[in-house]
Amino acid sequence: MSNTPLLEVRGLNAWYGESHVLHGVDLDIQEGETVTLLGRNGAGKTTTLRAIMGILRRREGVLRLRGQDLLGLPLHRVAQTGLGYVPEERGIFASLSVAENLMLPPKVAENGMSVEEIYQLFPNLHERRTSQGTKLSGGEQQMLAIARILRTGATVLLLDEPTEGLAPVIVQRIGDVLVALKKRGMTILLVEQNFRFARKVADRFYLMEDGRMVNSFPGHQLDANMDQLHEVLGV
Amino acid sequence: MSTIFGIPAPAFYGQLLIGLINGSFYALLSLGLAVIFGLLRVINFAHGAQYMLGAFAAYLLLGYAGIGYWPSLILAPLIVGVTAVVIERTMLSRLYNLDPLYGLLLTFGLALILEGVFRYWFGAAGQPYSPPSQLTGAVNLGFMFMPIYRGWVVVASLIICLSTWLLIEKTRLGAYLRAATENATLVQAFGVNVPRLLTLTYGLGAALAAVAGVLAAPIYQVSPLMGSNLIIIVFAVVVVGGMGSILGAIVTGYMLGVLEGLTKVFYPEASSIVIFVIMAIVLLIRPAGLFGREE
Repeated sequence: MSNTPLLEVRGLNAWYGESHVLHGVDLDIQEGETVTLLGRNGAGKTTTLRAIMGILRRREGVLRLRGQDLLGLPLHRVAQTGLGYVPEERGIFASLSVAENLMLPPKVAENGMSVEEIYQLFPNLHERRTSQGTKLSGGEQQMLAIARILRTGATVLLLDEPTEGLAPVIVQRIGDVLVALKKRGMTILLVEQNFRFARKVADRFYLMEDGRMVNSFPGHQLDANMDQLHEVLGV
Repeated sequence: MSTIFGIPAPAFYGQLLIGLINGSFYALLSLGLAVIFGLLRVINFAHGAQYMLGAFAAYLLLGYAGIGYWPSLILAPLIVGVTAVVIERTMLSRLYNLDPLYGLLLTFGLALILEGVFRYWFGAAGQPYSPPSQLTGAVNLGFMFMPIYRGWVVVASLIICLSTWLLIEKTRLGAYLRAATENATLVQAFGVNVPRLLTLTYGLGAALAAVAGVLAAPIYQVSPLMGSNLIIIVFAVVVVGGMGSILGAIVTGYMLGVLEGLTKVFYPEASSIVIFVIMAIVLLIRPAGLFGREE
């Protein structure tokens, strides 16, 4: 494993207005790695993704992708560095058709998936390409939210709770997609409550509590850390 | 003489045409307002002043530079669009994170200043502006005589409204605009330069008002208050159509123009309030407007 991480987060602090929500978060992701953030609701997982992406603007600390500083970039320049964001609420646009939703994010590199490849991976989206985006089922909307980032050629996927509220068969399907993406060399930062799902794809875990990282361990040590997980996650 | 519902046919068609003309201006102006409100969430009170600026730009281009109607139809909206871009960059863009009331107050203030300045320079009386020679005279439609210029206004406004609608509904830029109207932050996180999109949208909305101003110059006189007389009705049109609804603004513009014209035929006393009565009824029954989405 190389020593310079692809995405480097050091002592990241962030604020929602006056309220201090991230307290010195450290996080490294190597190229091609899948890293999962675990933690209770309100632990700061989504906030961490939003702070990395630059949606949350009030931040201090170090945030670098391939050595390039992200903190100084305006929001619309961040995607061009290769970060692709799939929000928790999925963010499918009601006034756009499925195909328009898919084509919406501008390409950031030439090696993204072609529309044909995407429709092969997600046949439902092809069938329903002329429907209004929000008329899709929850699972299909999640597929669409992931698919539209794959088309852009982003190299790092920030994926916020992709399995939330979905039926087990759809969760399984999304798991297959993530495994396929890993094989293509995609780097993934996954926020997930469901660690049974996450263990199938994650190379490493980070555990968050109250806006801080409290532990990190490789995927195969998940069982060894189960006691702390149960305590922190309250499951 | 033939009659329609007991009204002499020429009077009926005459008012119908006037309704269509007024409707053309309502549609053009409410379209711009709807585009601006949809994305910027700013109620652009300067819209009437920008319409007036368009008419004055054509008038001044002719008077000082000898530039005629046809070039003005392009140049005046460009000039007004550029001033709107400057206003958005230097002033309006600072207000997006504040209560929408601030944008309304700023544009209202700008409208008062612009109208005041032009009244100081040109007086309140209207200045005449002749239609281009190609569009003078009238044509016999069989059932009535129609001034050619008025027919042109209806056709031109239809073309502009349709093109704007196509731009928003069928192009990639339009998809950015629609998506940013729903969730600007996410669209920006995808790498779209949303601040620039906001600037362009305000410029486009103002340019639409200016086109309407140039089209209006030969029909109404060019006067500093021509916009404030019209804009109140246009706001009613936008409310009836549904704030931010593009199609709603266009359809409602023509519909209410024609309805107002027909009211003049059948019950003239009500013609100046009919649009506001309809607005009140629509607000009671469908607060989001005829084409608006409940939020």
